[in-house]
Amino acid sequence: MKAQHDVEQFLYQQSELLDTKRWQDWVDLFTPDGIYWMPPDASYKTWDGQPAIFAEDKNLMTVRMNRVLHPDAWSQRPLWETNHVVSNVVIEKSSSKGIIARSRFHMMELRRDDVRHFAGSYTHHLVKARGGYRIKLQRVDMTNAQAAYDYVLQVWV
Amino acid sequence: MLDVSKIVEPDRVRREAYTDAAVFDLEMQRIHETVWIYCGHQSQIPKVGDYYQVQIGRQPMLMVRGKDNKVHVLYNRCPHRGNMMCGDRHGNTGEQFRCSYHAWQFHHDGRLKQIPMMESGYAGTRLNKDSPELSMKRAARVESYRGFVFASLSATGPGLKEFLGKSIVAFDDMCDRAPEGEVEVVPNCFRVIQHSNWKLFMENQIDALHPSVVHQSTGRAAHEVEKQLARKAKAGEALSYHMLSAFATVTIDKWDNFQTVSYPYGHCILAGYMGLRPQDPDTLAYDKIMIKKYGQKRFEEIVGVNIHHVLVYPGLSVQSPLQQLRAVRPLGVDRTLTEIWHFRLKGAPEAIYRRSLAYYNLVNSPATLINADDLENFWKCHQGLSSDGGDWVSLARHHGHDIEKDGTVSSAPNQGTSEAPMRNQMKAWAKYMQA
Repeated sequence: MKAQHDVEQFLYQQSELLDTKRWQDWVDLFTPDGIYWMPPDASYKTWDGQPAIFAEDKNLMTVRMNRVLHPDAWSQRPLWETNHVVSNVVIEKSSSKGIIARSRFHMMELRRDDVRHFAGSYTHHLVKARGGYRIKLQRVDMTNAQAAYDYVLQVWV
Repeated sequence: MLDVSKIVEPDRVRREAYTDAAVFDLEMQRIHETVWIYCGHQSQIPKVGDYYQVQIGRQPMLMVRGKDNKVHVLYNRCPHRGNMMCGDRHGNTGEQFRCSYHAWQFHHDGRLKQIPMMESGYAGTRLNKDSPELSMKRAARVESYRGFVFASLSATGPGLKEFLGKSIVAFDDMCDRAPEGEVEVVPNCFRVIQHSNWKLFMENQIDALHPSVVHQSTGRAAHEVEKQLARKAKAGEALSYHMLSAFATVTIDKWDNFQTVSYPYGHCILAGYMGLRPQDPDTLAYDKIMIKKYGQKRFEEIVGVNIHHVLVYPGLSVQSPLQQLRAVRPLGVDRTLTEIWHFRLKGAPEAIYRRSLAYYNLVNSPATLINADDLENFWKCHQGLSSDGGDWVSLARHHGHDIEKDGTVSSAPNQGTSEAPMRNQMKAWAKYMQA
């Protein structure tokens, strides 16, 4: 029960960091070799050597973060907000080394006056670290993964 | 609608070209539904019955592999009551097409195969099994070049090779870089919608002035990481960051050193700048395979082709050295879909595939670090052009200095940011529109 509670709190905290644009704190949730991965469809088994919407190590996360923070990131200038809800958290595997947890998310995004909705599932491969967990691999399966993207995604979902 | 002969001048274009729905309808009819449009690559449909939906202008088409192994391009419409034949974006239709409404069946080339109770149902009517109107309508012309399939909905006009002219280098450059001389598709299509007219995309692709302005944020951020990785001597890894940092480290004043070459029918080339011929072990291993296959002389010719983009007007942007392309599908006067594909060089080492894959993911995925800012500008352009704040779009940069010879227009030395390619596109556009 404690692990369930801890994992849920961790996931809530992660989405809170996104919604409050605390990008560096969000990147810091990953292990040094951690990967954030969004496959183009649910059939993909690995991020490595495949087309991917996102397949980012910490170096690339840093590029994305610094790009977004740059004053001339034109697409970042307009009003732009997100709101994540994370739910249906299931611990699939648990060992002394770490935990694999699946959950569902729904994200509402506001850009200027337009609202978009994205939904899907997360699979977090978590390892125990000082003060909680770190992410070794976060897989994000978008329900809309194969649909055409009306505009693009600019930061992590 | 504005008189079409009044829309384009040599160095400027009326805003209605980008915003007027009536102009859009006319250009779909006279350009996209007339000229050769890229449908897809043969390797997308390897098995008999495999199909992909393709939009040509406003026409929903199907590209399908027939039993004769030929690729056919058909209107996605049942000749009975007009029902769409295939509802999925792609799939396999089996032995034949079978309409989901009244079970009419068709061969892969569109010919009628069977109508349930044909004899009893149609005896004495105007229709019998040989009536041509009972077949699925075919694209007027279909041709392939090195595996890349094009269709034209007009029975007349230049053949594919004549139409492509020198822009055919897009496909030669891509395929020649493969030790086996051909490419195969990586089975994933990224699809992104921009909120603007399709022409803004085609102009932006060849706009040598914009990268250091628009993509500065990503270029700078990538350059910082690139420098750190270089210090750790991870040269191979740093190349993917270099593809991004080049957008910023090539500063605005340097872009004039590059060259654009424009051709008849609106096609054009932007010469390369990303330094994609490093001397790392992966490249050297690839070079060795290529030299063995082609010999030193031919190898030098192949890898010496200096291209960043080739634009095949009106609907295709090819980055041959990185084996990817974007097909432009206009959805409306203010909405445009791009379909983005990556290809594998047959016979090349995995590392070479991975290098261009990195570009595909970073630049061309729906989470692109680059195109996000282009799409923002396209939307903003559309907003401004929709207003009464002005009537003209200026394409005057370096106008009057272009070097024209035998229908080929080159930017003058140190004038790589010339808006010559856009002038050339609109010149071709005006010619089509007044045909």
